[in-house]
Amino acid sequence: MNELIFFFNNVIVAGIVLGSIYAVGAVGVTLVFGILRFAHFAHGDMMTMGGFIAFLLMLGFQAMGISVPFLPTGFVVLPIAMVLTAIVALGLDKGFYAPLRARGAKPVTLLIASIGVTLMVQGLIRLVFGSGTWSFFETEQKQLIRIPVPLEGVTRTINFTQPQLLMVISTAIAVIALNLFLTRSRLGKAMRAMADNAALAQVSGINVKLVVRVTWIIAGGLAAMAGVMLALDVNLKPDLAFNIVLPIFAAAIVGGLGKPFGAIAGGFLIGFAETAAIFNWTVLLKPLAGVLPFDVPATLAIVPTEYKLTVAFVILVVVLLWRPTGIFKGASS
Amino acid sequence: MSILQRSLVLFAGLFLLFAGVGFVLGTANISLLLVQSFAYALIALGLNIQWGYGGLFNFGIMGMMMLGGAAVTFISYPVNPEFWGSDGPLMLGKALLALLAGFALIWAVRRSDRIGIRGGWKTALTVLAWIVAYFVYRSQIDPAAAYIESIGSGWVGGLGLHPVLGWLFGGVLAAGVAYLVGRICLGLRTDYLAIATIGISEIIRALLKNMDWLTRGTLTVTPISWPVPLPQDFQATGTSIADSFVIARLGFLAIVILFVVVAFYLVQRAYGGPWGRMMRAIRDNYIAAGSMGKNVTRRQLEIFILGSVLMGIGGAMLVSFQQIYDPGSYQPINHTFLIWVMVIVGGAGNNWGAVFGALLIYLTWMISDPVSQFLFNGLSHWTSQAGWGEIPDIQSRASQMRVFVLGVVITIALRYAPRGLIPEMVKRNG
Amino acid sequence: MALIELKSVVGGYGGAPILNGVDIAIEQSDIGVIVGPNGAGKSTTLKAIFGLLTVTGGSISFDGEEITNAQPDRLVPRGLSFVPQEKNVFTSMSVEENLEMGGFIRRDNLRPTMDWIYDMFPVLREKRKQAAGELSGGQRQMVAMGRALMSKPRLLMLDEPSAGLSPRYVIEILEQIVKINQAGVGILMVEQNARQALAFASRGFVLASGKNRFTGTGPELIADPEVAKSFLGG
Repeated sequence: MNELIFFFNNVIVAGIVLGSIYAVGAVGVTLVFGILRFAHFAHGDMMTMGGFIAFLLMLGFQAMGISVPFLPTGFVVLPIAMVLTAIVALGLDKGFYAPLRARGAKPVTLLIASIGVTLMVQGLIRLVFGSGTWSFFETEQKQLIRIPVPLEGVTRTINFTQPQLLMVISTAIAVIALNLFLTRSRLGKAMRAMADNAALAQVSGINVKLVVRVTWIIAGGLAAMAGVMLALDVNLKPDLAFNIVLPIFAAAIVGGLGKPFGAIAGGFLIGFAETAAIFNWTVLLKPLAGVLPFDVPATLAIVPTEYKLTVAFVILVVVLLWRPTGIFKGASS
Repeated sequence: MSILQRSLVLFAGLFLLFAGVGFVLGTANISLLLVQSFAYALIALGLNIQWGYGGLFNFGIMGMMMLGGAAVTFISYPVNPEFWGSDGPLMLGKALLALLAGFALIWAVRRSDRIGIRGGWKTALTVLAWIVAYFVYRSQIDPAAAYIESIGSGWVGGLGLHPVLGWLFGGVLAAGVAYLVGRICLGLRTDYLAIATIGISEIIRALLKNMDWLTRGTLTVTPISWPVPLPQDFQATGTSIADSFVIARLGFLAIVILFVVVAFYLVQRAYGGPWGRMMRAIRDNYIAAGSMGKNVTRRQLEIFILGSVLMGIGGAMLVSFQQIYDPGSYQPINHTFLIWVMVIVGGAGNNWGAVFGALLIYLTWMISDPVSQFLFNGLSHWTSQAGWGEIPDIQSRASQMRVFVLGVVITIALRYAPRGLIPEMVKRNG
Repeated sequence: MALIELKSVVGGYGGAPILNGVDIAIEQSDIGVIVGPNGAGKSTTLKAIFGLLTVTGGSISFDGEEITNAQPDRLVPRGLSFVPQEKNVFTSMSVEENLEMGGFIRRDNLRPTMDWIYDMFPVLREKRKQAAGELSGGQRQMVAMGRALMSKPRLLMLDEPSAGLSPRYVIEILEQIVKINQAGVGILMVEQNARQALAFASRGFVLASGKNRFTGTGPELIADPEVAKSFLGG
């Protein structure tokens, strides 16, 4: 039983946390793709930027002595960081993507432009913050939550940190809010309409520019949220983006580009797959050592931890070969 | 002004720029920059084939360059007798057998419909076969790797052959990987190809960084030999140290330029011929070309492999030249996106443009570091005088500045010169 | 004054112009039908009105106001509406959501207009929660027309509304178009089923090579032996 709880902590809890981060990130990618039809590579850097904006806000709050009981300040500033990142996202669009669209550039050109934006944002962040690692919990304590399991002979507890709990709750709230927005509000429906058939949306008199702006606001806000969640869970570093852009795009593609709910499913799929792949299955197999026909090795992970990255990629390739537009039949440009 | 005149003016300007930088930094430094920038020119030609001719995304250039580096290390590094005298080769042989057995199993399962296994059962069996093959291989390679890492210098060493053979092997290795990637991904849409190539190159990086038994990983391998005499060889015959570097590097440069010229000539000829016309047709109108009976995916596979070969060779040259193979030093910015900037700024679809872009951007990239350091020092001087204190970590900040500049260059180029400085001569549709 | 008036309109997609001087004028009470051989510029004329291609010569006015090269987001609020021939529904959205998107520019209550459309096409009320992509061709055409009517247009433009439909639906769609017109909406449509459409057209325009060849009421054009011979297949 203790082994099962160890498994629960290391695969289920960790998978939910990682999956939430990927899902929130992938939704932004998928929305931008749905509306603007290009793979926005700078999304990972919008996440990093959101994380650093929140970090600065936290320092500001702490300097002014503002704090909220029971909540880490890094989490308290999240809404402000989301708004600021959304504004930056609008600025990036206006400065770099909108002129290209106005010229009638192909989506491929926009994709390359987003690489340029990636480099600029990354360069700027490193220029200001250097290339070291920053933590949201220098002065505050990261609280650990332990839940005892009321069963005979169980000594292990189910463990997770308070930020992890908060981020899972916020992910749920964000997903529900997004769902309501897309299915209930006029603007949200217009977004879906434009992702479905941009030409007809234009013919219907839908304000295309407004929809594009809303898309960037949502994508920027969600990017900040994912970035802050990641930074709260692990820590903040400027090259966070490169490590996360692959699993996030994999999640968005696996779920079908342009499909927000597909992206959420894809995010959790990849999150769970990654944690399960690097889990040491020996822990679960050891109690069965006598029954199994083979010796249980000391460590038995599906892939060594260094190759965690390959998991997202393998899932991506398998899904693309099996269903070229993703599990939920995504858009094609 | 015609494109030809413009190219002449641009190349003349580039020559002056190199001469000017050489005057300031000294002959030894500029000879180093020249060797590296021509190696990058070869890689840029590779990307130009893929992107400029074929319209194929490759964001995995770094992976191809790393493969080239690993190849030249393996071929040209001296033989490691400790490894060959141990059980290592035998264990590796077993691992190889296990790998082959695994593939045989998968191949057999794929043909299982002949004995009446179909549909869901076949899929399930295929998945099972992959899993079994994977674990059988792991059961052999893991102990082999652990064993090799425990003896002597902890890796297999090299074959002690000529470095140029290593460069060519780098091309072959890159071709093999490109074939696999292409077979899997080329049928997919462009955005997916971009992601897939990024993924592949990250996986190659993870593998080469962590397979210590094969590449020594982050422990790095050095010295890797040159195909021409080293500066030390010239010093031994009494040449002054400063001159020895210049002479030796010029020798290396001659070989690199020879490779670039040959590759350029072949690529240029192919582009003018029927093969090149077909490639342009496919790039500009994928569907029409397909409906005219051209085997689009096969042509794209050819082009993907060809471009990757040049990238592998270029990557091998750079490792050879620097004499050190450090898998930890590879970054997508320096090894993938830098080359994209070269091709976009130079002019995608024009080989002269690609070479021009490579030389210009590499020089800019290399000198922007000291220049921004100089600027930062000035700024720091000013801030400390103003009483705000000095700017901390000038060195690392200055080197980040050039990443920012690279991004600015891409976006400006896309906006104001979308076809590059020396654009493609043939009209591009769309 | 005519509701919409095209004066020697010239335009195309950048290359050689497809329209070489088209003249059209209809009132709000009219049903205008454009017929002509393939490549005559029929659909192009509608797209030119709706700002979907560049007009390089001549002028287009709507209700006395110049609208040459105006974009849809300006035209829809003025009372123009367009049903494209293909891809004219949001396939992943429900019938009701499709209608709502048609009323995107309106701030008032959409319900009465929606009920009017459901009364016109009762099958849509039944299937209002179903995704438009799951409907049959004829039902999709109804959704498309309903979507266009949701903005309460004064002029409804339809590009081959009966294309690819079974004869049963062709008649139903054409009958509904007459009803829409009787409710006070001007109609300008392109039609392949020329005879059927001209039969109830109050204004008919025969285009060839991007120019007007014949203009008159529908019955006049059908009766004209030359029109019948060259454009209506005898």
